[in-house]
Amino acid sequence: MFPGLKKTKYIELDTQSYFHEHPFEKCPSCKEILVQKQLRDNLKVCPHCEYHFRLTAAERLTQVVDEGTFEEWDAELTSSDPLSFPGYMEKLKKARESTGLKEAVVTGYGEIDGEPAALAVMDSHFMMGSMGIVVGEKIARAIEKALDQGLPFIAFCASGGARMQEGMLSLLQMAKVSALLNKFSQARLLYISVLTDPTTGGVTASFASLGDIILAEPGALICFTGPRVIEQTIGQKLPDGFQRAEFMLAKGFIDLIVHRKSMKATLAKLLRLHPRGDRSARSRTEFHGA
Amino acid sequence: MLVHERNFTELRKRIEELEVFCRERNINLSSEIKLLCERVKMLEEEIYQNLGAFERVHLARLLERPGAMDYIQAIFPDFLELHGDRAYGDDPSIVGGLATLEGIPVTVIGNRRGSDTKENMKYNFGMAHPEGYRKARRLMQQAEKFGRPVITFVDTPGAYPGTGAEERGQGEAIAQNLLVMSGLKVPIIAVLIGQGGSGGALALAVADRLLMLENAFFSVISPEGCASILFKDPGRAAEAAEALKLTARDLYELNLIDEVIPEPVGGAHRDKPGTAEKIKERLVYHLKELLQKHPEELVSSRVARYRKVGWDYL
Repeated sequence: MFPGLKKTKYIELDTQSYFHEHPFEKCPSCKEILVQKQLRDNLKVCPHCEYHFRLTAAERLTQVVDEGTFEEWDAELTSSDPLSFPGYMEKLKKARESTGLKEAVVTGYGEIDGEPAALAVMDSHFMMGSMGIVVGEKIARAIEKALDQGLPFIAFCASGGARMQEGMLSLLQMAKVSALLNKFSQARLLYISVLTDPTTGGVTASFASLGDIILAEPGALICFTGPRVIEQTIGQKLPDGFQRAEFMLAKGFIDLIVHRKSMKATLAKLLRLHPRGDRSARSRTEFHGA
Repeated sequence: MLVHERNFTELRKRIEELEVFCRERNINLSSEIKLLCERVKMLEEEIYQNLGAFERVHLARLLERPGAMDYIQAIFPDFLELHGDRAYGDDPSIVGGLATLEGIPVTVIGNRRGSDTKENMKYNFGMAHPEGYRKARRLMQQAEKFGRPVITFVDTPGAYPGTGAEERGQGEAIAQNLLVMSGLKVPIIAVLIGQGGSGGALALAVADRLLMLENAFFSVISPEGCASILFKDPGRAAEAAEALKLTARDLYELNLIDEVIPEPVGGAHRDKPGTAEKIKERLVYHLKELLQKHPEELVSSRVARYRKVGWDYL
């Protein structure tokens, strides 16, 4: 019809597979677009604003525990549906599929720069790290194993609180874990809790707040009642930074804020400062004996 | 007042009117009226026996329902209140002090709320701040020092969700209570008399014996909160209340509490002295049993009790 006109030719770019091969992630804090690989190499900390991305339990273990030393405990424990709560089984199934985990906490033995420790690492990607029977039980067993073997215990907290779908059975896990931590403390064993984003509700109101030493990652939300509920209660917006790690440090509830890149070294140092064995008078006699 | 209670009051008023009417006209219907009264009574008992979970939640929240102070005054006429956490202040929404039960000195602690709006403002609707939990802890440790058993009356919608509470470490305050209570070397009996609102209630309820009034509830989250988060619809609170298994009977069946203390038909507020008397009797019974135990045995069986929570479902 129009012989003089050339038909425009378009080249089709396969963007889908390009982004699949070079995935990006947007920093929720500074909105910068980051290349995932670079982000991973930077311990999942935004290179522009130092925002600490939430880690999976596996990523946490890789960052903190010496390669090849981790031995998982009670990996087979899975939640049932004790109250036959509507929709719970489907939610559990979905969480298992999307995370590849059986529950919201991974426990086990590991070495940190050669220092042995019992570990509990929560994963907020699994039903917001909520604590039901299995989470409580795995942490309780980890404390008992540490008690048995005279190991220090380190808990990385990340949780929305007690799991609603298991009702009071969840709430009472707070008492369970706290009771064991009391025994653990009386045995003069070291418990370090590390508060990561987010540490809230029933976990804050139990083991997260009971560490001999409490560390936190920069910017982590640490609270009992979440900011949204407080805003509803008081009818106004909360100031920026309220309930963040820096705020909680200023209020006196945290020993130290530790950047992810120095987490492993800090933990190793703390472990070395608490030599294992008889804690009664050894260091004094050694000192005098020298 | 609950809808049921209003209906029954209305019904009774009608029957009275009928009686007056008969007397005035000299009509003898007394046997029929007696029968009617009995049927009303039976119907009332049946309805209250089978209340839904959310109806019990409403009952537990009634303003006229007796609170910790009512029971403390009735059971411990010699109660002496002690104040303050020795660090920040005195939280009026937690009451604590000394008293005797059958001649035995005890420490008594409870959540305090008001019986009208003005009082409720003063007591912050029974929602404690960290200093309240720390006062409770101080009094418990004092009880341990002097070998006094601890009795708590739990009745709170929850720990206060506000800025001051967060700044002063609501989570830490509750966590410390759980830890200290789990290892306290004196008997602890907790009585849940009304609302058991999550962690804020648990902070006074780690005990050797957990007793619950028939219409009290104990829940990980309020039914309204659960419905709006999980069902995305706060209107489905009744459904959430059922699902959460929060009534005294549910929790007894789940083996999480030791005893359900029956209430008069219609709820504890219908007979305050009678309910207090019943609570006192059960307190004395359990205290006598617990006082037989050596402190170490007491603590180890308390720890074992919480250690086992959920084992039936693993």
